[in-house]
Amino acid sequence: MKTSLKINGEVHDLDADSRTTLLDALRNHLDLTGTKKGCDHGQCGACTVIVNGRRINSCLSLACMHDGDEITTIEGLGQPGNLSDLQAAFVKHDGYQCGYCTPGQICSATAMLQEVKDGWPSHVSDSLTGTYDLTEAEISERMSGNLCRCAAYPNIVDAIRDAAGKVQS
Amino acid sequence: MKPFDYIRAEDTGHATSAAGQGATIIAGGTNLLDLMKLEVLQPDALIDINRLDLKQITEADGGLRIGALVTNSDLAADMRVRTDYPVLSEALLAGASGQLRNKATTAGNLLQRTRCYYFYDTAMPCNKREPGTGCQAMEGATRLHAILGGSDQCIATHPSDMAVAMRALAAVVEIEAANGETRHVPLSDFYLLPGDTPHIENVLRKGDLITAVILPAAPKGAQTYRKVRDRASYAFAMVSVAARIEMDGDTVKDAALAFGGIAPQPWRDADAENALIGKPATKETFNAVADILLKNADPKKDNAFKVPLARRTLIATLNELCGKDVA
Amino acid sequence: MNAHLKMDKPDNRNRLDNMAQGLIHTGMDRPEGPLKVTGTATYAHEDHQPGMLHGVLVRATIARGTLDSIDAAAIEKLPGIRKVMHGDKFLRNPAQGTANEAPVQGSSEIYYLGQPVALVVAETFEQARHGAQSLELQVTAKSAVTSPDSDDAKVETPDDQQSSMGDLDAAMKDAAYTVEETYTTPGHTSAPMEPHAAIAWWEDDKLILRSTSQMVKYNVNEVADSVGISADDVHLMSPYVGGGFGSKLGISPDAVAAALAARELGAPVSVAMSRQQVFESTMRRSETVQHFRLAADKDGKLTGIGHRARVSQLPDESFSEPVTQATPFLYRGENREIGMEIVRINSTCAGSVRAPGEAVGITALEIAMDELAVKTGIDPVELRKRNIPEKDPSDGRDFSSHTLAAALDDGAETFGWKDRTSGQTDGEWLIGYGMSSAVRVNMIGESHARVTLNPDGTVLIETDMTDIGTGTYAILTQIAGEMLGVSQDRIETRLGDSNLPKSAGSGGSWGASSAGSSVFLACEKLRQEIAKKLGCDEADLTLRDGTATAANKQTPLSDLVGGSPMESTGVIEPGKTMKEVRQATFGAFFCEVGVNRVTGETRLRRMHGSFAAGRILNAKTARSQCLGGMTFGIGMALTEELIHDARDGHIVNRDLGEYHIPVNADVPQLTVNFLEERDPYANPMQSKGIGELGICGAAACILNAIHDATGVRVRDLPATMDKVLPGLPDL
Repeated sequence: MKTSLKINGEVHDLDADSRTTLLDALRNHLDLTGTKKGCDHGQCGACTVIVNGRRINSCLSLACMHDGDEITTIEGLGQPGNLSDLQAAFVKHDGYQCGYCTPGQICSATAMLQEVKDGWPSHVSDSLTGTYDLTEAEISERMSGNLCRCAAYPNIVDAIRDAAGKVQS
Repeated sequence: MKPFDYIRAEDTGHATSAAGQGATIIAGGTNLLDLMKLEVLQPDALIDINRLDLKQITEADGGLRIGALVTNSDLAADMRVRTDYPVLSEALLAGASGQLRNKATTAGNLLQRTRCYYFYDTAMPCNKREPGTGCQAMEGATRLHAILGGSDQCIATHPSDMAVAMRALAAVVEIEAANGETRHVPLSDFYLLPGDTPHIENVLRKGDLITAVILPAAPKGAQTYRKVRDRASYAFAMVSVAARIEMDGDTVKDAALAFGGIAPQPWRDADAENALIGKPATKETFNAVADILLKNADPKKDNAFKVPLARRTLIATLNELCGKDVA
Repeated sequence: MNAHLKMDKPDNRNRLDNMAQGLIHTGMDRPEGPLKVTGTATYAHEDHQPGMLHGVLVRATIARGTLDSIDAAAIEKLPGIRKVMHGDKFLRNPAQGTANEAPVQGSSEIYYLGQPVALVVAETFEQARHGAQSLELQVTAKSAVTSPDSDDAKVETPDDQQSSMGDLDAAMKDAAYTVEETYTTPGHTSAPMEPHAAIAWWEDDKLILRSTSQMVKYNVNEVADSVGISADDVHLMSPYVGGGFGSKLGISPDAVAAALAARELGAPVSVAMSRQQVFESTMRRSETVQHFRLAADKDGKLTGIGHRARVSQLPDESFSEPVTQATPFLYRGENREIGMEIVRINSTCAGSVRAPGEAVGITALEIAMDELAVKTGIDPVELRKRNIPEKDPSDGRDFSSHTLAAALDDGAETFGWKDRTSGQTDGEWLIGYGMSSAVRVNMIGESHARVTLNPDGTVLIETDMTDIGTGTYAILTQIAGEMLGVSQDRIETRLGDSNLPKSAGSGGSWGASSAGSSVFLACEKLRQEIAKKLGCDEADLTLRDGTATAANKQTPLSDLVGGSPMESTGVIEPGKTMKEVRQATFGAFFCEVGVNRVTGETRLRRMHGSFAAGRILNAKTARSQCLGGMTFGIGMALTEELIHDARDGHIVNRDLGEYHIPVNADVPQLTVNFLEERDPYANPMQSKGIGELGICGAAACILNAIHDATGVRVRDLPATMDKVLPGLPDL
């Protein structure tokens, strides 16, 4: 299957078995191993990438379904020495331990902040029609699709609040 | 995952024609690929409908026509849904994760397969996966399983939250067939109970494509979706209740009650609703409704708790919608 | 230049307190952090080699029997398939921690459903996966014992795991208050986010292996023994590990299969377990059945403790969950009966999952203690304080340091334990409060590290120690920086490579103290050499920000080193202090739960832990370790349970959708305090292990709070809604 993927602003032409998931395309074919495989079934969030502005589980999508799509992976958000606000906040707040779920957490959080800006409610929102603050409960619920077995959750919440505050101010 | 041909649909006719020739339709893929990776499902061909123009939510006949490819996220965030059909937004937001909701589609969600452990494991017999091989759940682990509507062939549950809310809202499924004809099937008629054919889960025929789900005009009264689960988030329902109640003073004027986590399909029981409609909103009434709902409950050891849990969740939901103080 | 210390006597010098850099104990950011947050830290399955093939393991689908043949030919015809392998060298299950030799091998005997019995290698992952799924196995079933409750199960009672003192029966008879209850915990799984994986290739006769390894020194010997080569011919690298929690202590079937396939095919081969395989084919924590007897006098002082536990395990495995490990010394009581039973079953191998022993044993004991508190009417904190022994009650040894009372007081104060009000509600939520003690045995293992002071004043630390999220990169950097007076940006730490000096590895909470001490010793030796060059006594030497100060004279370190690097290897070895005194870490948990009075769902609202673990090397990473432990406790209390099908022993909920580890929404903003402590018996840094203490007893805190909220005493973990519901009032 010939597929053209625009990843982190750069066009990649992929010619892979139609069975290749977006996740395996990134990791095994394009050597973008920042995106992690934790469960391969949409049950952990380690493979989260941003496609056309929305976060998705790259393990549950075929690469060939994304021909022409704009994909942002962790490598596109920042690099050592040039960290995004969220990446820097994860370091500062120890929003990780082993680091394996971390790229997925950060991609997820990046897109999640946009969802909040877009006025999307969550399961824990008091009202379906209000505006939504980044309370601990809101962040925790919205980030619950990203498992962290090291359980840096409290630090992840702190990191997101810190980075979001920077973005807002 | 077995090799397959991948075809991208150019229009709905292309999709139904390919499906008619045996291709499996793929939309969000969040459940289909999950199952294909395990070879629980082994399609020879996939017809990808993601580029079809089925992503609109439009107003129709006083209600809403939700395109088959509207994602769970977009549907939950739609201001008309939030305002007029809050039970649906709440159900969607209670389901899965942000990432999955961004990919999962309206039609795909209706067609989710069960989470039964044995269905998911190709080393185990399963009448749903391989008809006639037997049901390993009957004498096995059944925490996820049905207490209503099962058969001696299968007691798997339908795992959707969205579909439960849609059942309470009397949604109608719009289907385009391979011959180009469109038909409408009320959600109440869409799902089939397992009986002797647990592998046949709905009325879709080969070549059918769900093109939309239609919600009737916004119902009067209050709506809510309550989901009971083991984790605070990102877990399937043990029991869920989608309820809509219209009151006239202290009397229930109209009601719809749908349940998730307890049956092979989003469950609605007309007798239980009739025990509520026109009755005073009292503890006795609510208990009578629960009695009727659960009178045929046939639980196993692991899921026996769903009987009292469904009762209690129903009563608390009714209390809430009728303005009673549960505490 | 070597520095070797056998820990035979206490070290009260507290040398790290007298250094000048001010780096130790600070919450320094992890030096590898920028790599982790940008996805550029390379984990095992990411060191892709040219021409690399992909292997996928195949599971046995019966509980016991023989694998008579496999239809390899049919699979090898499929596109891209290069080889279907099985045979005598395949691992039945991973090696146990510190095994140092191959575990049970051979794919012809099947011992459990899920055992990896074959490998399919192909050019792409997709081809290999389909090949593996299509492979037909011809098996002959044998009779199996598939449940620990089975009548056919063989029960062992090893002599060295039974002990008694005094007369417990009499103590129970004479007691003013007794508790006699049975508590059960289900199986648990480590579920590290990174599945077990390996990439293997051969250079001449030497095996190069990237693997998910917690303990490189042991893993090298295990893989060499498994493959049948000399350990000198194994180069194993594991610089980043995506979590372990015990599951990566020993070499696992993927690594050996990859090595065998790479040799057979003459090409690099990667094998990554699927998540389902991680559940089935790595280690589970055994389920436990624990019978407790507590006898107390009228003041709540324990006069007797009985703890009998039953666990399960595959045949021919030496490990068994050491459930009763800390029971002998946590509380007083002169009459004791402690015993273990091991049931042999055909089910996934039992092994170490975070804090084997105390994680479940202390949890059950701490529920029993809460039951005693209720019976006696004594505040649960006070009850525990009354029962803190002066010496180890089982053998009269002194404690190296004892901080339980201090942790209980500190935790109670921080949490506001005295201010709690019983019987509160918040809408539908019944509010309850609970507490429990934490305890974990402390130890070190032999560990080597090399520290090099370069002519430019930079420092290189090298050891095969691993960082599995534990903070090793950070703390070793801090120890060397503190001892040598060098800022963190001028220090490089290289880990997880078998070419480097051999460490104790990560496990049993001993990594930081063991590897850290070796770095400390190497640095101390370097200080002596620097002092020699300056002609001063080492004790009079001040090293800070790259400058040595002695007798009011300042000299840049780079000037002192001269033209060639100064290098020192430090070696720490456990000695008499590990035997002559009882070493342990202590802590206390406090929490507030809400239990939904309609559904029985429990949600944790607040949780605090106060811990003492000797010197805290990095306040930030140590806190994170405790957050992680406490969250494992949350999972144990509320959601985590391996569900086995009793008919074939297999794990039915073998994925992260149905085995519920806590998600973000399950975990409130936990708080952690560390108590100031120096334990001179532990090691020359006076530090103790912190990686497991946070789970030891944590679940009991939550279960005790559920009891406080509802009156429902859950003795069968986890406290899922079905267990709470029957005790809730009618609506």
